[in-house]
Amino acid sequence: MRVALFLTCVNDTLYPDTGRAVVNLLTRLGVDIDFPMGQTCCGQAHYNTGYRHEAEPLARKFSDVFGEYDAIVTPSGSCGAMVRELYPRMGERARAEGRGDGLAAALAPVVPKTYELTEFLVDVLGVTDVGAYYPHTVTYHPTCHGLRSLGLGDRPYQLLMAVKGLDLKELPGAQECCGFGGTFAVKNSDVSAAMGEDKVRNAGSTGADVLCAADNSCLMHLGGTMSRLHTAMRPVHIAEILASTEEEPLS
Amino acid sequence: MSGTFVGMPAFPKAAHEAVGNTTLRANLRHATHTIRDKRAKAVAELDDWALLREAGKQIKDHTLRHLDTYLVQLEETVTAAGGTVHWAADADEANRIVTHLVKETGECEVVKVKSMATQEIGLNEALEEAGIAAYETDLAELIVQLGHDRPSHILVPAIHRNRGEIRDIFTKEMGEWGRPAPEGLTDTPAELAEAARLHLREKFLRAKVGISGANFMVAETGTLVVVESEGNGRMCLTLPETLISVVGIEKIIPTWRDLEVFLQTLPRSSTAERMNPYTSMWTGTTDTDGPRAFHLVLIDNGRTDTLADEVGRQALRCIRCSACLNVCPVYERAGGHAYGSVYPGPIGAILSPQLRGTASEIDASLPYASSLCGACYEVCPVAIDIPEVLVHLRERVVQGGPATRQGNRVVLKPAKGHAAERAAMRAAGWAFVHPGALRAGQRMASRTRRFHPRTLPGPGRAWSATRDLPQVPAEPFRDWWQRTHGKKESGK
Ligand code: SF4
Repeated sequence: MRVALFLTCVNDTLYPDTGRAVVNLLTRLGVDIDFPMGQTCCGQAHYNTGYRHEAEPLARKFSDVFGEYDAIVTPSGSCGAMVRELYPRMGERARAEGRGDGLAAALAPVVPKTYELTEFLVDVLGVTDVGAYYPHTVTYHPTCHGLRSLGLGDRPYQLLMAVKGLDLKELPGAQECCGFGGTFAVKNSDVSAAMGEDKVRNAGSTGADVLCAADNSCLMHLGGTMSRLHTAMRPVHIAEILASTEEEPLS
Repeated sequence: MSGTFVGMPAFPKAAHEAVGNTTLRANLRHATHTIRDKRAKAVAELDDWALLREAGKQIKDHTLRHLDTYLVQLEETVTAAGGTVHWAADADEANRIVTHLVKETGECEVVKVKSMATQEIGLNEALEEAGIAAYETDLAELIVQLGHDRPSHILVPAIHRNRGEIRDIFTKEMGEWGRPAPEGLTDTPAELAEAARLHLREKFLRAKVGISGANFMVAETGTLVVVESEGNGRMCLTLPETLISVVGIEKIIPTWRDLEVFLQTLPRSSTAERMNPYTSMWTGTTDTDGPRAFHLVLIDNGRTDTLADEVGRQALRCIRCSACLNVCPVYERAGGHAYGSVYPGPIGAILSPQLRGTASEIDASLPYASSLCGACYEVCPVAIDIPEVLVHLRERVVQGGPATRQGNRVVLKPAKGHAAERAAMRAAGWAFVHPGALRAGQRMASRTRRFHPRTLPGPGRAWSATRDLPQVPAEPFRDWWQRTHGKKESGK
């Protein structure tokens, strides 16, 4: 199986550790993973801000770069949802605008092959115990796209519960949005900040020292809020926890 | 829509004040979380919820597709049952019709059943101008009216008020409008309800004209349906001699069988009840009972324009249950008033910019009043994909494009104030189809990272006022990959 890592532009630029964690984790599990250098951005920010037409070339580019692989794995619920949920919609909209089937046909191949990381682990590889070791108290925030668009369900919890040494605490109000929402964080910064603070407070109430999620965009917002509020808790992407082992613990 | 909200500031500005108001936030948080949890339980009781939701969606879609046919059928059945049907293209026309009908009765006061449609058209204000006093009889609407306030929730218009505030409003204002509040009124729910009951009873017994909306209109028989909790609506619907119902054209359903679906989904979604306490249904007039004259005023007011939009038309499926408000994290913090419309919350954010257009500051800002978290879509009993419509309307705001206004196809210009964003999006789009450019940008950021501030000046302050920026890493992932795995690069 030829597996490609779609890291996302945010992770590539700001969170390379998450990328390295995915590579280490999947390599450890016997997956031969490739990082196609032509990849950039799935177009989610463009699409969600109202620039659907500007997102189209990015979607086509995505399909060009990743089309030849058997599976595409991404450590981001929202970018995964962009491909799986919104690429088909972009194709339909183009058709409805009288621009033919071209876009829909170009995007169709990548849609069913794109997996968010925890889906790939549980559904494709069929593992929940990935042999990880992480001796910390952790609480998990299921991000909105992972929760509602992709329906990740209990996959992330199964994976975390199987991690040696990890003490998983239930997050109160877990299903509530953290307030990131892409441009929402800037366009409605007051409400966004209030949501972020509530999420951080809920996370703090669990006594965990790590807030885990499967999307670094939300963690960037929450981490920035935590550091401003001087909380002791730190944000960690689930890939980094799953990659951590007794031999090579996450520092 | 109503002129009441003209000149409202954009959503972020109105929300700013609400976020800072701790009493308001506490009131809203308590109220929305309580009803949210109850709704979840009431819905979980039904094994066939998913099917009911799908059925509700399909019934509404079918009806909207054949709206012309069903409206004509409704006009025939209502007329045959002794009612009179009036058609109003917009708010002004509807207000003129209703004012005229009330004047014809020679009365100068009316009692009102809680109705979104009459608020949408600003009927109370129009009647007042014509010298007609309109008394709201729904408890929460009464609180809003006595408090010279605006509703902030579809179902619980005074959700932003706590009991102490309500007691103060009753004590101060009831005497101005009719029977004063009892001496020494406390803020216990029973005493507050009793004060309202006494005050309203006087109005019911005196009024000769009642004005209502309707939750549903059944085309096959011309029957109107009002669903409520208090019974005050039924008083208004049965006691006066003349009943005038003002209803949006999308409230129609073809048959009684269809009603069965919504009478299950509406109460569970709105008040978390298996069945609401009062369901009033009436068909025209009856010789020995109820109003002697019945008028149905059907309003369009932007609905057919909305119907013309392929993506946006699903907003017309709404049955005004308010479940989407109660789960919305933005509504919970910004409050209903920030939406600048009688339709607050997620549904308001997609309905107002369609009914009113996106020209005003508030309407152009509403599609952004969401983090797109999808909680609204998940609970909506008619499966309106609110995030999808929000994004669609964002596109209309920033890019313009075809739309229908007052029945005419027009091509909208992009809204002002988005030029910088548009340029940035185009530039980013270009960089992203040219990976080399992206890489150069990343390297530049990495090389200069020691000089990056953790807070930003100018517009970036919106981020960094409450959040630190992430540190840019020493090298982007792709450089690490190239160094360590470069040989097996796929070449693409
Ligand atoms: S949009 Fe859906 S959830 Fe919101 S009020 Fe309408 S029917 Fe209820």
